[in-house]
Amino acid sequence: MKWVERQRYFVDFTLSSLGRRKGKNASLLLVYTLIVFLVSSVMFFSSALRKEALTLLDEAPEMIVQRTLAGRHELVPLRYAKEIRGIRGVRSVEARLWGYYYHPASRSNYTVMAREPFEHGDDEAVVGDGVLRTWGTSSGNQLTLRSHSGEAIVLKIAETFSASSDLVASDLILISETAFRRLTGLPEDFATDLVVVVRNPAECQTIAEKINRMLPDTRPILREEILRTYASLFDWRSGYVIVLLSGAVLAFFIFAWDKATGLSAEERAEIGILKALGWDTSDILGMKFWEGCVVSLIGFLAGTILAYLHVFFAPAPLFAHALKGWAILYPTFELNPSVDLYQIGILFFLTVFPYAFVTMIPAWRVAITDPDEVMR
Amino acid sequence: MPLVRKSDLWLALVGASAAVLLLLLLAHPAFVAKRLREKQQERKGLVRELQLTDLCLFTEASYTRHPTQADLHTPFQDHPMSLEHFPSGSVVMPPHFPGS
Repeated sequence: MKWVERQRYFVDFTLSSLGRRKGKNASLLLVYTLIVFLVSSVMFFSSALRKEALTLLDEAPEMIVQRTLAGRHELVPLRYAKEIRGIRGVRSVEARLWGYYYHPASRSNYTVMAREPFEHGDDEAVVGDGVLRTWGTSSGNQLTLRSHSGEAIVLKIAETFSASSDLVASDLILISETAFRRLTGLPEDFATDLVVVVRNPAECQTIAEKINRMLPDTRPILREEILRTYASLFDWRSGYVIVLLSGAVLAFFIFAWDKATGLSAEERAEIGILKALGWDTSDILGMKFWEGCVVSLIGFLAGTILAYLHVFFAPAPLFAHALKGWAILYPTFELNPSVDLYQIGILFFLTVFPYAFVTMIPAWRVAITDPDEVMR
Repeated sequence: MPLVRKSDLWLALVGASAAVLLLLLLAHPAFVAKRLREKQQERKGLVRELQLTDLCLFTEASYTRHPTQADLHTPFQDHPMSLEHFPSGSVVMPPHFPGS
């Protein structure tokens, strides 16, 4: 109990000491909070997006077969589907028809897709929320597209994907196969790629190799590869996360380095007086440790709370700009709050403790010198 | 000596902030789980039904809209000396191929 009481006196003294340099310490706390806010926002955002991507894309086709020509994705002849169907272990092969449509008026790219059976007519479309937001037609319920031959194609919007599906279908224009071929000029016996369903999912890799041997100009893409791509895209050590994190981490190091390299004359004099009054070096180190803890604990807690609110209550408006790039169309989505307590723990140990210890180093240097010399 | 010590105020502030953080981390996800799970099921259904392969996050270029469907050359395919120039290109990782 005596030890606890002693520490409380240290905290009392530290708070009074910090209060004497209000402006400096308030700006220190602000910078600290901002850095923790940025780092934890990136961590929360990427971890939630990664989890969402992996959950959603677990439903993606187990194998896609593309054709490549001169290193580029090419249209695949439908006869390839027949040949792949002949491989033992393949349950079905289905053609996918999809492509892009650039709309000059909105300066946006849209994904156009055909799916059979399509419940609506050849002059109708089902569109994502982002299409409605950005297309900018005079008449709200129809889209006018320019076909490959220059002919105008008017599509009535029969239905829209719900706003909650924005993360996967914001830019999607779903039409019938006839309308798709009319719009893009895709020949009847060609498709964009093929979806292969395998009887035993464990054999996917073997079947992909067989397809590649039989049709050497094809490139099979397995679901595992899709998941791996997204896992690495939103991994905190790679992709955009590292771009955002590196700035914040660098700022933190500069900040900690500045703190570690020296004390102000006023702080040095304070330590000298305390030593002259009979404080031990260990007391001074204890006081400085609490000084670091006071700032870093409040900064950590405030930064983390603000980051959580930023990512899961306001859907990360600061990152929208980074993710948008040149794109006009950006989906609105609500992320499933999934926070890894292990990550919070790492953040805590990487921000609170180093800072608390770093503040002790210059104090220790001053505390071990003669008080008389320090105060001069 | 004042009635309330500064250390007590600081401890109360830290305690209250820690409680708010814990509440957010543990209670909030449980509170919104049902509603968000329904929305997620809807998205999963759409991915299954339309055989989608990518999230609609970066719509500016084909290789950022469908990173899993693009090959490693796509960002540079406009002409032989073309450099990849879309901002999202710097934040989207190239697809993972076996052995790459």
